[in-house]
This record gives sequence, structure tokens and C-alpha cells, in this order.
Amino acid sequence: MTRTQLFIFVAIVALLLAMPLVGNNYVLRLATTALMYAVLTMAWNVVGGFAGYPLFGIAAFFGLGAYSGAVVQSSGYPVALAWIVAVIIGTVFAIVLGFILLRLRGHAFAIATLVIAEVLRELTNGWTSVTGGGMGLNLPFFGWSPTALAMFFFYMMLGLATVAFVTTWIVAHNRLGFALNCIRQNEDAANIVGIDTTRYKIIAFTIAGAFAAAAGAIYASWTGYIEPSDVYDVLFSIKPIIMALIGGMGTVIGPVIGAVAFLVLDEVVWRNFLQLHTGVLGFLIVVLILFLPSGLSSIGLTRLWRKAASA
Amino acid sequence: MIFFQYLANGLILGGLYACIAAGFSLVWGVLSIINLLHGSFIVLGFYIAYFSYTMLGIHPFVSVVTSAIVLGAIGYVVQLGLINRVVARSVLVTLILTFGLELMMNNAMLVSFSADYKKVLLQNPLGIAHLGNVFISLDRAASTVIAFLLILLLWLVLRLTSVGRAIVAVRFDRDAALLMGIDVNRTYAITFALGAALAGAAGSLLSASFPVAPLSGPLFLSKAFVICVLGGVGSVPGAAVGGLAFGLLESFGAVLFGSEYALTLAFVVLIILLLVRPHGLLGVKGF
Repeated sequence: MTRTQLFIFVAIVALLLAMPLVGNNYVLRLATTALMYAVLTMAWNVVGGFAGYPLFGIAAFFGLGAYSGAVVQSSGYPVALAWIVAVIIGTVFAIVLGFILLRLRGHAFAIATLVIAEVLRELTNGWTSVTGGGMGLNLPFFGWSPTALAMFFFYMMLGLATVAFVTTWIVAHNRLGFALNCIRQNEDAANIVGIDTTRYKIIAFTIAGAFAAAAGAIYASWTGYIEPSDVYDVLFSIKPIIMALIGGMGTVIGPVIGAVAFLVLDEVVWRNFLQLHTGVLGFLIVVLILFLPSGLSSIGLTRLWRKAASA
Repeated sequence: MIFFQYLANGLILGGLYACIAAGFSLVWGVLSIINLLHGSFIVLGFYIAYFSYTMLGIHPFVSVVTSAIVLGAIGYVVQLGLINRVVARSVLVTLILTFGLELMMNNAMLVSFSADYKKVLLQNPLGIAHLGNVFISLDRAASTVIAFLLILLLWLVLRLTSVGRAIVAVRFDRDAALLMGIDVNRTYAITFALGAALAGAAGSLLSASFPVAPLSGPLFLSKAFVICVLGGVGSVPGAAVGGLAFGLLESFGAVLFGSEYALTLAFVVLIILLLVRPHGLLGVKGF
């Protein structure tokens, strides 16, 4: 890391750590959401950024994690156990799915991953005895004060984001990151020079699935109520991609910066256009794709940014 | 024999599905983009038919023409003005662009048309035919026939007109087509307009059979995905065959597994097909 990179990173971490001291519950909720999206974006980045596979299915793992955790927790088991179960289920699901889907490339992979979340939503809706179906699932109340709850989930999400960040860093500076890079540039060539592409792709896919599932499980305990159309929302698949596009795909701290930047934007839109929220969001996406196709880094003054993001 | 009833249901459903997927498949094949707007185009076609019928008394089979023209014009402008700018970029970029446009369009429809489900209730339905023990709604049968006529029309346009030949040429080799003097950007826009027009027509055709809400788009879209892969990406006859196959699949699948798992069944078929026959049931033979 150069000095600039270190500076940006320290600034973000300091800002996040200061949140519980200066912030009220609203700011804390916003920060927790930002951390959650940072986790999802980092999870996406391992497959979409490093390996260059157009993954459109983060919502599937997020929702699966949310429901796994919620079902365990509402049966009376401790929260920690619920989260661990959720991660295990997310991991196993990612491995199985990876074996099947990672044979596909390009458009076919994009569509297949896009439909998984919809399928899981349908299955969750149908399996009423366990998941509560379309009625949703209420999680047991902690019995804490709102402030204590907000603090608790902020630190949990911060912990998860830290683990995700460290994982991303390790992946990027490791054989795995190198192999994924090769796969992105030319998968056939990578195969020919002896990189076991299938294995590395499945590992990347599993990392993404595990982190998204963990984020989902914490999200479920945090909000206390989940329903299929909420946690399997396609926006959970799309937003991380946009955040990665903004911050810089395939970089280590790009996803974190992109998540924070997009979320601030999203919050401003929410507060000002309640009725037209999704429309304005769509407009922003269109503008972003048409005029800033390489994210914030394509604005002239931030060559520095690129450098910082490619830590 | 209840079997023949399900067969008839499946085939009649299949015609509409074929129409839903043909335009999507054409756009995917020629422009190499996944157009997430397609579902919303169908929904807008539905609303044109709905308001034409409730306010002006125009039968949905007639407003097929209006829907097709309006949606075709919208499609032409959207492609020429927006999507053409990024059409050659990766699937990530084009898919997200159409997603953003879809969000805008769905939001606009939600605000304008309210969120409840609507359906055209025909005052003079054609009635129901009895073939032995099989009951067939004549309105649905007629819409299926019209759907196949539209697909035939599209196929003829691609085969016989110079614009159609240009589209096929661009599909097979964009650069060579460019060297032959074909205006590729304009051809893309026309292709997209054809796809949107077919989506609008499909929306009109299904207005008397299915209840539709502003956010129904993704449902049609996910069906279009599967049919497109069933028939082979970019193939118009493939879309017709894929639509029929999907209609039968849904009709019989509902009996075997329950209709609430329709999408799951479709997805399983989609994955098996992508892995086993990635070029569709008919294979790649052009148009």
C-alpha cells in the first residue's frame, strides 16, 4: 500500500468506528446498511470483479442466508448458532450450484444466476410449514433497548465486513487472485497453461456465497421480520454490481468505497422521492452506465482514486 | 380424457408464450444483449389494449396493431438513443443499463396505472368449443392463432425484405455487414423496434386471458428466458417451438408438481438445456 491508499483506508475505518460515538440510531442504521452492502459488494467482487463472471445472483445467497438463520433462530436456538448454520448452508449451496452453473459463460451464466433468486423465492413461498410462506417470518425479539440493538448489529456487521475485507485482500495477493485474474482475461488460455480453472471458479463462487449468506443472516436478525419478496429482491443482486462499478471492479477497496458512495446517493433519493424512488434510482443507473462507464475513476481528477483502489 | 384437455391448454398457452419470447430472442440473438425491458414492454402493450377496450371499445385483437406500432416506436428511440451507446460492451454493462430503464418504466407505470391487477373482460366472448370432452376457449384459441401469424410475419420479414436480410447479416458477422455498407446502428434499432413491437402485440393478445399489474414484467421476462433457451437464441422458428414446448411443460407441470412451482420447473429445464443443448432444441441454422 502506498501512503495515499493507507490514508483513504484509515479515513474510512476511522469514520466507521466513530459512528457509535457521534451517531444517533438513524446514522447507525445507515452505517450498518452501508457495511452490509459493502459485504455484498465484496462478495460479488470475488466472482464478478476478479474472475469477470457476470454474477447476477447475490440476492439468492443473501435470501437463503436470511431464511436459514431466521428459521433456526425462531426455533429457539441462539443467534450465533443461527448465523453459523446460515453460513454453512450458503456455502454448501454455493458449492453445489457452482459445480452446475460455472460451466456456463457470458449471457447464459448471467441469466441462470438471475433466475436462481426467483426460484428460491418461489420455493420459500411454497414451503409454508417451515418458512411461513408469503406471510413472512417473525424473529424472536431480543428484549434490548433500540440503542443497544443498533450498536450490537452495527458491530456485528462491522466484524463481518472486516473479515470480508481481509479475505478479499488475501485473495487478491494470492495464487487464487492470480488464477481468477487469468480466468477473466482468457479462460481457455488459463486452462491450457495449467490453471485448474474449474476449481478456482468454484472456490471464488463459494466465498461469494458464504459472505452473502452471512450478511443475509445478520440482516434477518437485525430487521426482525423477513418475507420472500424482501430478501430475494433482485435489487440485492443489482446494487452490489453498481457499487462495484462505481468504486472500481476487481480492486480491493473499490467495493467499500462504491458501497458507501452509492448508499449515500440512494438515501438522498429515498428521502426526496418516496413515490418515484425506484424510477429515480433507475435514472441514476442509466446515467452512470452511459456517462461514467468505468465508475468514479473515469472522472479526470481521480487518477489518484484508481491508484488507491488498486491496493 | 383429461390428458387431451391439458394438451390443448398447453398448446393454446404456448402460442402466447411463443409471441412473448420471439422478440426477446431476436434482440438477444442480433444485438447480443439481454433486454430486461422486454417484460415491461409486454405490460405496456397490455395497458394499451386495456384502455383501448375500456375507454374506446376497441377489441384487443384490433389494438394489437396499435400496441405494436407504439411499442415499436418506443423501442426504436430507446435503442438508437441509449442502448446503442454501450451495445458492444460486456453483458454486465448492457444488462444493468436495461435494468435501470426497466426500473424507470415500471415506476412510471406503477404511478400512472395503480398497482392492482387488471384484465380485459370481453363483453361478447366468442364462447367455448366442445371437442368431445375437451373444452377450448375460442378467444384464447384465436389469440394463439394471431400470435403464430405474427411470428410468421416476423419470419417472412427477416427472410424476404432487405431490412430483414440486413438484420440476419449483422447477426452473423457484424464487421462484414458493416463492410457491405449496412448501417449497423440503424439495423440494431430496427431489430430492437421489431422485438418491442412483438412484445406490445403479445401484451394485447394476452390482455383477455391473464390479469396483469404494472410489475408483472419480470414474470413474463423469466418465461421469455426459458423459451429463448429452449428454442435457441435468436431463432424465430425456435421461439415458436420453444413457446409450445414451454406451454406444454407448464400445463403438465402444474398437474404433476402444482402450479406454484412453475418457475422452479422452468429453471430446472433451463439449466439442463443450457448444459446439454446450449443451442436450443432446433440448433443453430440461422433464421
